[in-house]
Amino acid sequence: MTNSHTSAIRASGLKKTFKGVTVLDGVDLAVEEGTMLALLGPNGAGKTTTVRILSTLLPFDGGEATIAGYDVRREPDDVRGVMGITGQYASVDEILTGRENLVMIGRLYRQGKAAARRRADELLAQFDLVDAADRAVRTYSGGMRRRLDLAASLIADPPIIFLDEPTTGLDPRSRQAMWEVIRGLLDSGTTILLTTQYLEEADQLADRVAVIDDGRIIAEGTAAELKQRVGTERLELLFSSADDVHAAMRVVGDNAIQVGDDGLGISMTVDSAEDVRHTLNALAGVPVPVVDVGLSRPSLDDVFFTLTGSPVEIQNDDTKPSDTSMGADAP
Amino acid sequence: MTTTTNVQHRGVAAGGGNRLGPHGGERPTRRSGFVWNLADAWVLIGRSMRHTVRNGDALFMGVFLPVMLLLLFVYVFGGALEEGIAQFDYVNYVVPGVILLTAGFSAATTAVSVTTDMTTGVMDRFRSLPITNWIVVFGHVVASLVRNLFSTALVVGVALIIGFRPTGNVLDWVAAVGVISLFILMMTWLSVMFGLIAKTPDAASGFTFFILFLPYMSSAFVPVETMPAVLRGFAEHQPITPIIETVRGLLMGTPIGDSGWLAVAWSVGVLIIVAPISARLFRSRTAS
Repeated sequence: MTNSHTSAIRASGLKKTFKGVTVLDGVDLAVEEGTMLALLGPNGAGKTTTVRILSTLLPFDGGEATIAGYDVRREPDDVRGVMGITGQYASVDEILTGRENLVMIGRLYRQGKAAARRRADELLAQFDLVDAADRAVRTYSGGMRRRLDLAASLIADPPIIFLDEPTTGLDPRSRQAMWEVIRGLLDSGTTILLTTQYLEEADQLADRVAVIDDGRIIAEGTAAELKQRVGTERLELLFSSADDVHAAMRVVGDNAIQVGDDGLGISMTVDSAEDVRHTLNALAGVPVPVVDVGLSRPSLDDVFFTLTGSPVEIQNDDTKPSDTSMGADAP
Repeated sequence: MTTTTNVQHRGVAAGGGNRLGPHGGERPTRRSGFVWNLADAWVLIGRSMRHTVRNGDALFMGVFLPVMLLLLFVYVFGGALEEGIAQFDYVNYVVPGVILLTAGFSAATTAVSVTTDMTTGVMDRFRSLPITNWIVVFGHVVASLVRNLFSTALVVGVALIIGFRPTGNVLDWVAAVGVISLFILMMTWLSVMFGLIAKTPDAASGFTFFILFLPYMSSAFVPVETMPAVLRGFAEHQPITPIIETVRGLLMGTPIGDSGWLAVAWSVGVLIIVAPISARLFRSRTAS
């Protein structure tokens, strides 16, 4: 049974309820072969649940899902044969060494003993774990565990990989290293579904981004397309006093919002250079002195907060998960 | 990281409407056959055995504890206890008891292994592999059996050195090992069940605590006739006593009577009840 237009990963109308609480409320996804889709959303949005369902780890209540054309519900063994998953929590054996973990998993993928050892050596080298290879995993740092976990999911060289928040909790250097690994996978043609709560991560790595909130996909497209949805550019103006800000707000109208810690800035979407000139002329005509002018392209932060309606709150530091927890993500 | 982008892919498999296949070629997509299961079991038994060797507790319980308990009972309590057991040296009386006590102890560590697997991410890894998930538990069970039979051999070896003089023939020994193995399996499966119920490894080790009292309230260390009536009633009707009496009878030639079939009935009965419950628990714990 061949499927003539196979997306590597396809889900339609996924529904999942935990103890009466709807966690997924009709999730639709499609990831074309050899591309990466980033599933972006806050804690509790349904990212992990989606990935666990697609990777056969969790039964679901409604909808359809296929991985490489295999039905997730009816052909779970086939699905497991073509995908690897790296979860939020490193799924490796703490008591065994890194090498023993990889060899064991290789053998459970029915590679011969010698082949499993060879593959383990390759992966240990590739993930910079050679020095730690013969130490028990419980002595590993967080970054090393994640790398070993990712290596474990690559043992059988699967064409499809699920990465569930692969960099959550990692320091910036480890995150950068993980990004390099992920780019390498993409270069080699792997199809990837990545979940993240870091907007920057989605922007940096993914071909397409799906924004999930409250168990629903609320937007999907390329990063550029999503940015279009909040206007092409933003004009930011800085003033020297609150009076000037009020005067300026009267001139530029409803479109603008007050920004900055001291409330001395305003920000508005603009569609063209003509718009910018018009606004500046209007301010000069009052006159209101402008201290500084800046143009910025909208970030995914803007997109996300516009779409989810959460309060605008610029995340400066992206090394820590945001604290906008809406309850634990799915079990 | 140095060579992070060197991922070994051999190109994208599916074009023109074919299903994506594994890039590497030789990996079969399905393995539900019995032979595959055996091969997977071999790997996972190896994993559990490694755990035993690496884990200080398991090693302590499997090697030092049995020997120390044997020496303790023979040399510390033995002098006093011997007076009440007229028919032979206390060492000859107590060896089956020490074997079962340590087997129960050591089987109990299986609960902790199972809970640890269920509560850490490693079960997700196994579940994402095309293997029968049950085999992970099976690995722990077989490792427990091997570990405990090793302890048994150790106890018997040390006992022989300090004066244990069994009278049984080869067939008696084979039967004794069979009864002991059934007991170990029973204790291990009980531990698996507790391990699946427990939410944390600490709780798992607590659950099995009461199992450890059973041998003391049996004929393992003193004849039940010496106990007060209430305790005696319990001691005579709990599973450890017939198992001990059977092993003792086989090794020392004491009368076995009803104990033989009672021992087998208890072990098999508990297994028949506990194994399906564990299977159900396992399914529900791995379904979310």
